[in-house]
Amino acid sequence: MSKIYDLIILGAGPAGITGAVYAARKKLDFLVITLDIGGQTVWSGDIENYTGYQFVTGPELASKFREHMEAFKIEVRMPERVTDIKKEGDIIRTITNNAEYLSKTAIVATGKRPRPLGAEGEQEFKNKGVTYCATCDGPLFKDKPVAIIGGGNSGLDAALQMVKISPKVYLIESGAQLSADSLMIDNIKKASNVEICTNSKVNKIYGDTFVKGIEIEKQGKVHNLNVEGIFIEIGLIPNSKFAFILERDEKDEIVVDCYNKTNIEGIFAAGDVTNVPEKQIVIACGEGSKATLSAFRYLSTHKF
Amino acid sequence: MEVKVYSTPSCPYCKMVKDYLSSKGIDYQSLDVSQDKTALQDMVKVSGQMGVPVTVINGEAVVGFDKSRIDYLLST
Repeated sequence: MSKIYDLIILGAGPAGITGAVYAARKKLDFLVITLDIGGQTVWSGDIENYTGYQFVTGPELASKFREHMEAFKIEVRMPERVTDIKKEGDIIRTITNNAEYLSKTAIVATGKRPRPLGAEGEQEFKNKGVTYCATCDGPLFKDKPVAIIGGGNSGLDAALQMVKISPKVYLIESGAQLSADSLMIDNIKKASNVEICTNSKVNKIYGDTFVKGIEIEKQGKVHNLNVEGIFIEIGLIPNSKFAFILERDEKDEIVVDCYNKTNIEGIFAAGDVTNVPEKQIVIACGEGSKATLSAFRYLSTHKF
Repeated sequence: MEVKVYSTPSCPYCKMVKDYLSSKGIDYQSLDVSQDKTALQDMVKVSGQMGVPVTVINGEAVVGFDKSRIDYLLST
């Protein structure tokens, strides 16, 4: 018979890690299943609103989170992708690409991932010029013309990074104006090598082995831009697809109450994958701790 | 055994790969493709793509932090 854990935490971003620290301190017998450690925090640039740190970079804060978790002996399965979660009587079965695990409670803290553009050629040229992580892959496109898709904060973050190392940066936004913070917009407008294309839709991405260009359409007119790198920064979608049994809202976020309970007894959810208002690191941490405390309360009151 | 890791300084998955190799006591050569153009060309040639990290173990390339494939190549 397989072992039955008290708790399984899915994900190790701010919510999952905080949940794990609380679970370790409650001495629960638990397991963390995750693809990575730190979640979106590692992609974040400069953080100036996490209490106790007037300034910290995303990777620094993520490694602090990691150290805090590693101070306890926590069983972590990584990298493993959860494909399904089921409730069988009182027991929860978590199925991954690698194995199946049983537990009395679970916390879904799987966060969000970059939203794909859905343009022709996007899949074909993924990692062949198309990237979703400007922080990681930006330096590979030094001295090459690039296009950044998305005029929000993350798009502008990528653009501000690339104008320093690329001869030409196209910033492409489907709406009438950039939606990023005005300070960032002022900064990008100061760069001489940027061309801002608003009201522009991406038709396709093309090339041979690697990206050679992008076709955009602006007010009915088609333009071909010669670029070798394309950074897609059009927001995030929740990693909730595997959670078939959980109630999700129109944004695919898992619906939780203020105790982090989902519609299934014993399954809790926390952080950016949920419908919690505001997606912030400090909020995700708080939600993760709440979820573990709720799971702990359920474990001590429920008869298994 | 020859192990190379092609990476950029800002890439978290690169760090995970390096930490993982270190935890197993594996010596590897670290190549920063944001600075080293030749290394970047080599990385593209060996992996056929432009994402980091790329780990090369005895001539076989692994893209991303693919622990099971790294384990497999290290064991052969």
